This record gives sequence, C-alpha cells and structure tokens, in this order.
Amino acid sequence: MSNTNTLKTKTNRMFKKFTALQWKSFFRSSNLGKSLGIKILMGFFGVYMLLSLAGMGTGMYFILKKILPNQSPMWSISQYLIYWVLIELFLRYFMQKLPVMDIKPFLTTPVKKSTIAHYILGRSAASIYNLLTFFFVVPFAIVLIFQGYQVLNVLLWVVAVMALVLCINYVNLLINKNEKVLIGLVSILLIGYGLDYFGIFSVKELFAPIFHALYAYPITVMIPIALAIGIYYINYQFLKDKIYLDASLKVKSVEANTTDLAWTKRFGEMGSFLQLDLKMIWRNKRTKSQVFISLLFVFYGLVFYTQDIYSSMVPMKAFVGVFMTGIFLSNFGQFIPAWDSSYYSMMMSQNIPMRKYLESKATLITVSVVVMFLLTIPYVYFGWDALAINFGCALYNLGVNIPVILYFGSFNKKRIELDQSPFGNMQGTSATQFLIMLPVLAVPIILFSIFYYLINLQAAVIVLSVLGLLGFAMKNYLLNLITEQYKRKKYGMIAGFKEKGS
Amino acid sequence: MITIENLTKKYGSQIVLHIEELSIPKGQSFGLVGNNGAGKTTLFSLLLDLIQPTSGHVINNEVQVNTSEAWKPFTSSFIDETFLIGYLTPEEYFYFIGDLRGQSKADVNALLAQFEDFFHGEILGQKKYLRDLSKGNQKKAGIVASFIGNPEVVVLDEPFANLDPTTQIRLKEIIKDLAAKDNVTVLISSHDLIHVTEVCERIVVLNKGEVVKDIQTSTETLKELEQFFAK
Repeated sequence: MSNTNTLKTKTNRMFKKFTALQWKSFFRSSNLGKSLGIKILMGFFGVYMLLSLAGMGTGMYFILKKILPNQSPMWSISQYLIYWVLIELFLRYFMQKLPVMDIKPFLTTPVKKSTIAHYILGRSAASIYNLLTFFFVVPFAIVLIFQGYQVLNVLLWVVAVMALVLCINYVNLLINKNEKVLIGLVSILLIGYGLDYFGIFSVKELFAPIFHALYAYPITVMIPIALAIGIYYINYQFLKDKIYLDASLKVKSVEANTTDLAWTKRFGEMGSFLQLDLKMIWRNKRTKSQVFISLLFVFYGLVFYTQDIYSSMVPMKAFVGVFMTGIFLSNFGQFIPAWDSSYYSMMMSQNIPMRKYLESKATLITVSVVVMFLLTIPYVYFGWDALAINFGCALYNLGVNIPVILYFGSFNKKRIELDQSPFGNMQGTSATQFLIMLPVLAVPIILFSIFYYLINLQAAVIVLSVLGLLGFAMKNYLLNLITEQYKRKKYGMIAGFKEKGS
Repeated sequence: MITIENLTKKYGSQIVLHIEELSIPKGQSFGLVGNNGAGKTTLFSLLLDLIQPTSGHVINNEVQVNTSEAWKPFTSSFIDETFLIGYLTPEEYFYFIGDLRGQSKADVNALLAQFEDFFHGEILGQKKYLRDLSKGNQKKAGIVASFIGNPEVVVLDEPFANLDPTTQIRLKEIIKDLAAKDNVTVLISSHDLIHVTEVCERIVVLNKGEVVKDIQTSTETLKELEQFFAK
C-alpha cells in the first residue's frame, strides 16, 4: 500500500516539475518582451473566440427551434453531431500540434518512460482545442435546462460530449498527421454530406438516435467515457514503446529531387534568385500552404457579391478587389526578406546584388497578382463593374503596393523557420505586419471611396489604375530607393534573423 | 591583402574586440586561436561586414569592407550552418553559389570532382536536402561551397569542428594546398591547437578581444601555445 503511495507522490512530483518547465519555456523565451504585444493580441483574439462560441452556444437552441420548429433542438443537434465529429477531426489534423518533440531532453534523465508518456497525453487533454467545445456546450446546456429539459440528463450529456472531445483529441494523436487518413476523412465527410444533401440516404437520421441516446438514457454516458479511456490507453501503449530518438521523435525527411528549372535562366541574373524563391515556396510547408490559401481567397469575393447588403456598398468591392488580387502580395510580401532569414548572413556576405534579389521578389509577386486577377475574371458574371474594379485594383497592387510592401519589408527583423506549419503560426510577426496592412489595404479603399462618392465609379477605377501605372513607370527609381533602404538596415536584419525561438 | 586598422567592437560599454593593427599578406594561411568569447567570430563577422565596427575598419585588397561591396567577388566564407540553404540539395546549393560567383554548371562540376575524396560519397547524389544532412556533412558542403569561383580570400570559422578524423586530415591538405599552390589567403579559426599549427603559417592568439600573440609557425609553436593556454 505504502509502496503505491510513494509511487503516486513521485509521479505527481514529476508532473509538477514538467508543468513548471512548460511555464519557464514560455516566460523565458528570449523575445517574450518583444512579442508580448502579439501574445496579448492573440490573447484578445482567443477571448473573443471563446465569447463568440459561448454566444453561439446560448443562441443555438433558439436558432434550431426557428429553423426546425417541428422537432426538439436536442434531436436537431444530435443529427449533426456526426458531422461535428468529422469536421473537428479534419480541422485538428491541421491545427493541433503533436506535443511529442518537446520530450527529447527528458530521454536521458531518470524519468520513467511511462511517466513521460502519461505527461504527453495528459497535456494534450488540456489543449485549447478541447476548451472550444466546452465553451459552446455549457451555455447550450444551461439554456436547455432553463427550457425545462431534465437537469441530470443534460449534465450527463455535457459530460458525454466532453468525453467525445477527448476521443477526438486522442484519435487525432493516433492519426499522427497521416495523409491517407486525412483523405479518407475528407471522402467520408463529402460522401456523407452528399448522400444527405441529395436525399439518397439520410446519414443524419442514421446517427441522430445514436447521439440522442446520450441525452435520453443518461447511463449511456459510460460509452464515450469508456471509449475515451480506451483510446487513451491505445495511445499510451503506442507511445510508451516509441519514446526513442529513432522512432516517433525523429523528424521524417523527404526524399529530395534535384530540379533544374532551366527556364528561369531567361531572366538573366535575376533568374537564380527566382529559382531559389520558387524552390523555397515549393519545398517548405509554410510557404507552400501560403500559396494554396491565396488561391482559395479567389472565392472571397462571393461573400460580398452574392449578398444584397453589399450591393450598395461599392467601396467594399474595392476592398475585395485589392484583397483578392493582392492576397499573395500581402501574405508573402509582408515577410520579405524574413523568408530568407535562416541563411541571411550568407546572402549578405555572398556576391549578391541586392537589387537583383529584390527584383526577383517583385517579379514573383507581379506574377501572382496577374494570376489572381485572371482567376477573378469570372466575377464578370456579377456585371462589368466587378471586372473593372478588380482590374483597377490589380493595377494598383502591381504599381503601388509591390514597392510599398518591399519597402516595409526592410523593417522585418524576426526570424522565420520555414518548415513549420503556417496555421496559427505567428512567427516573424511583429508590429510591422500590422502597420503594413494600413497603406496596402486602407489607402486604395479610401482613395476609391473618395472618387466614387465625389464623381462616379469610372473615375474611382481610373484613379487606381493611373496610380498603378505611374508606380509601374517609376519602378526602377523606386526599386533603387528600396535597395538603398535594405542596405542601410542590413546589420539590424542580420542580428535579428539570428535570434532563434521567436 | 587584408589590413585591419584600429578596429573595435563594443556592445554597450563592453569591448569585445580591439585590434590596433594587423595585416595579412596575400597567400598566407592565417590561424586564429582563442578561448570562447575571445572575439574570433566577431573578427570574422567584421571582416565580412556582417556586423558594424564601433570604430576603425577592415581593408580587404584595397576595399574598405563597410563602405564598399567590391570585396565580395573575391572573398568567400563559411562561418556556420546559417550559411547553408536548408531546402536545397547540396548540388543545387553549389550551383546557386556558382551562379552568384559567375561560374557555369560545368565549372562547378569540375571543381566538385576535385573534392570527391573529401565528400566521401556522402554529399553528392544523396537525394537529401541540406537540412536533412548530419552536422558534419553540412559542414563539408559549406566548406567546399566556399571554394567555388576562385576566391582570393577564404574565411572559415572552426572548420575542423564536427568533422570526422578522415575528413579533418583531408581538409588540412586542402587548406595547405590552397595557400601554397593557388596563392589564396586562408583565414581559419580553431580550438584545436594541433590542427592550426599544422596548417597555418602564422598564428594569432586572441584573448578578451585583444591580440596577445602573433607567431610565425615553427616546431616550437605548439608548445608555446599549449603553455599559454595552460595558464
């Protein structure tokens, strides 16, 4: 008896130590002070998210009642829980980091592997993603109770849902970023929804009674709890044997293929940088997903063009125009030259003409703006105005925003690790990034609004286009100025990019 | 080839480097030794204009490095792994550097062929990105990259660290050849006294940012250095 007790206290002590270390790693990170502003901002954002979730939870009962007045909201929500499970798994695949790597330093310390495994798994249970559902479900449950639902049933239902969240959490760890599982998940999601949507087979009705049982028969709460414990145990078994450097902790390396991209040679001296940039974008997670995200933003305009509220708010369309054609410009451009931060000191001691380096970046962004504009051409469906606005905005982006964003890039001093996931990744972000958005987005919209309200749409579009063309005509001069600026800022950048762990 | 005049670097009130006068003639193999914090990397960084001098300057072949960039075409260096581009394969990296230094692919291939021994079959044709190579192999790639484009000055910071014994021996031959046959000025720093005395014609000892010894290497040198550092 006393033996198990000492073991328990020992384990407890270990846990406390681990947790303390976690705190230290946060507060002692070298640029805590510098990026505290960003952390606070992220904090506000988080609180805002949680509050909106709580708001949604509170309102959900009434929304469901209104949309589906003939059935109990509890039944309605049970119908959709299967989709929630699948979608949450899908989102977590991208968002949630696997906490495995942090454990490397403990391998050689006299801590039992089982303790380490429990610690990793326990910590992931406290993940922020699990809290999100909690903030939604609890207000929803409170409303249910006020609406006369059985208190005990509702409370146990909350417990059951949270147990499901833990199941999802641990299943996600098991999936371990396996692409095949992701594809399977997406297929199931699409097929299920398709069957439902076209009325071929009702997936909703199949799962509704199963999930509704969690409310109707309180004793069934045991099932998700047992499931969660089961999956935890599988994870534990799996992890315990894998805490070795060469097993789960090893970062997988991809087989490299040497490519030539000989066509870049046509760009002369700039070609070798262009080639380097293309390889960088394609071979690193963060930049690669940046491209896909940018492409998806082509659909952003639909939000504005399909809704009647915006039909009278023409300046919003200018916003969409600048945004859609300039999404890659701002996403990629704002971090120039931090993309090259990990080898910036080499670049600066090499025989590199700064000007060519910047020109190559400008060319890349120019191509992106043109491509994005071509992709937005179908918006002509909403009228020629849409096309004209997007065209003006694209020209403005080309002529004015490219030099602007390159200029502001010279204020970047924060390192970016290229091979980390872009989701929720604030690396390299500083006050500069927020300042950049002001001239890039706000200025054209303000200009557009002024001329639109003073004269008309044509005038507003012409002003943006002319400014763009002017900027384009002065490109050489502007690039020279920017080159000088980069040379002046060189030492600060080199020093800043060397600091790791931002 | 390289002249240092009244060079100082301060961080706050702390002087990390202060060199009154130092000149390195062309074709010399120059070794820099000193304990941690002696200022070796600071000196190399100043030489490559990666940090700004507080006062004084470095002149590399009549070019003042912090005012003109004309020294870059004939100077090359490998300081640490931040000189590598992780997402390229070694071949791509060599060609990129070659491009920057006006060397065609064929030129680079011809140069690489000379280093087949040095690479020991672990660098070329491995289908790996530089970021996935071991520390030692990364270093090999970086060092060889610094020989691309017939530089007149080569700066290597701690080239022997992390290398396996076979490679260390080969590297010593390479460095000696560079200085002797090709008249290249080679600057290396090291913690390993034996290596430096074997390779370098001249050894300068830095201590707390100042030059405390400036020796033409002879048979006595190793002993002298060992006595100095044993203190």
